[in-house]
Amino acid sequence: MLASCSPTPIAGTLVYFSTKSGNTHRFVEKLGLAAQRLPLNRDAPAVQVTQPFILITPTYGGGSAQGAVPKQVIHFLNDTHNRHLLRGVIAAGNTNFGEAYGLAGRIIAKKCQVPLLYRFELFGTDEDVANVRKGVEEFWKRLT
Amino acid sequence: MNMMQRLSRVDAINWNRLQDDKDLEVWNRLTSNFWLPEKVPLSNDIQSWNTLTEKEKQLTIRVFTGLTLLDTIQSSVGAPVLMEDARTPHEEAVYTNIAFMESVHARSYSSIFSTLCTTRDVDDAFRWSEENPTLQAKSQLILERYRSDDPLMRKVASVFLESFLFYSGFYLPMYWSSHAKLTNTADLIRLIIRDEAVHGYYIGYKFQQAMAEASPERQQEVKDYAYELLLELYDNEVRYTESLYDEVGLSEDVKKFLHYNANKALMNLGFEPLFPSSVTDVDPTIMAALSPNADENHDFFSGSGSSYVIGKAVATEDDDWAF
Repeated sequence: MLASCSPTPIAGTLVYFSTKSGNTHRFVEKLGLAAQRLPLNRDAPAVQVTQPFILITPTYGGGSAQGAVPKQVIHFLNDTHNRHLLRGVIAAGNTNFGEAYGLAGRIIAKKCQVPLLYRFELFGTDEDVANVRKGVEEFWKRLT
Repeated sequence: MNMMQRLSRVDAINWNRLQDDKDLEVWNRLTSNFWLPEKVPLSNDIQSWNTLTEKEKQLTIRVFTGLTLLDTIQSSVGAPVLMEDARTPHEEAVYTNIAFMESVHARSYSSIFSTLCTTRDVDDAFRWSEENPTLQAKSQLILERYRSDDPLMRKVASVFLESFLFYSGFYLPMYWSSHAKLTNTADLIRLIIRDEAVHGYYIGYKFQQAMAEASPERQQEVKDYAYELLLELYDNEVRYTESLYDEVGLSEDVKKFLHYNANKALMNLGFEPLFPSSVTDVDPTIMAALSPNADENHDFFSGSGSSYVIGKAVATEDDDWAF
């Protein structure tokens, strides 16, 4: 068994976080693209990426910016190496939260100076899945 | 747990020993979202109210009376019934919050009435609500499930109420708001809409947990029942919508809003959405009233919008970010 304190490398181009309700996980599953899930347990070994990636994150709360970005995502982005490989962000949320719809995505986009690429609700519709699949593919082409 | 067991023994709730940390997450979310109607300056809408025609006023009062009925059901029957099925003491506590907030919602409509309307018009609307067949039918469809001995279907009915049935009503204040009318009332309704999203999400989450433990046959049975109930409620909602909105020519767009929200209700239960995007394309001004810039990022991938959507200035939690 590998030493649990060594950073876990990631090969994919999508990194995501999903709570126990699993909505974001389900969206990523439907995408069918290589993706790495950030651990739910905050005591889990730190994740380090090895190639440019797009982050998919849910939004917490329902109003204030305080606590909108899941702690696990903040923890992951506090690593300079990870942050430098972040190219864009996709946020899950609910339009019922008004201006705070997908707020985590806006906060990360601003903080890390990367584009907010897309927002979807709950686990996304088939249309969302198609849009993101196509958008992600073209986004990487544009960048290379 | 049945009532006799419940009455014979209660253990003190320990929030420092969680079986499911989602309970604390949602408790924190709900308590930090707490509000009362007094915080919204409804009287600023008096002038705007007076620009509505008599028909528009009647429609608005009726819509709010219909919403009051749903909040009353959820507060006095729905949430208490869910408490009986709670998997953890913390879940039970969350339902006490939901029950109380539904009472706050129901009370808010009366605040709107007492600020804007005449007593006689409001009394008329309450009488209308008691006699309106489609309003009573939706109430009965939900209450039947609440009274049934199927805990899974009780949650299904509850999520449909929270995430679907309210929206034929919520449409109207969003419509007025998009026409710069009753904007303070719309602010209050947005607080209700925000709460209902958390309720639907949480009850749906608990439903999915219970479903995961059921046999495949039972899962299929519940799923069939759920879609069946949704369609039954939907047919009734269409009639309710037409009876209210035909007169002002809004029925077709309200129906799109129904489809859009029915999909979200199904998703809260973990089920695939039913209505295709061709019938969920709600008027963008309504969506903007609900969630400003709801589609602002839509264009990044399609390339048709402004190039980069970098977040607007928002107060972030700098303490937590190490950079």
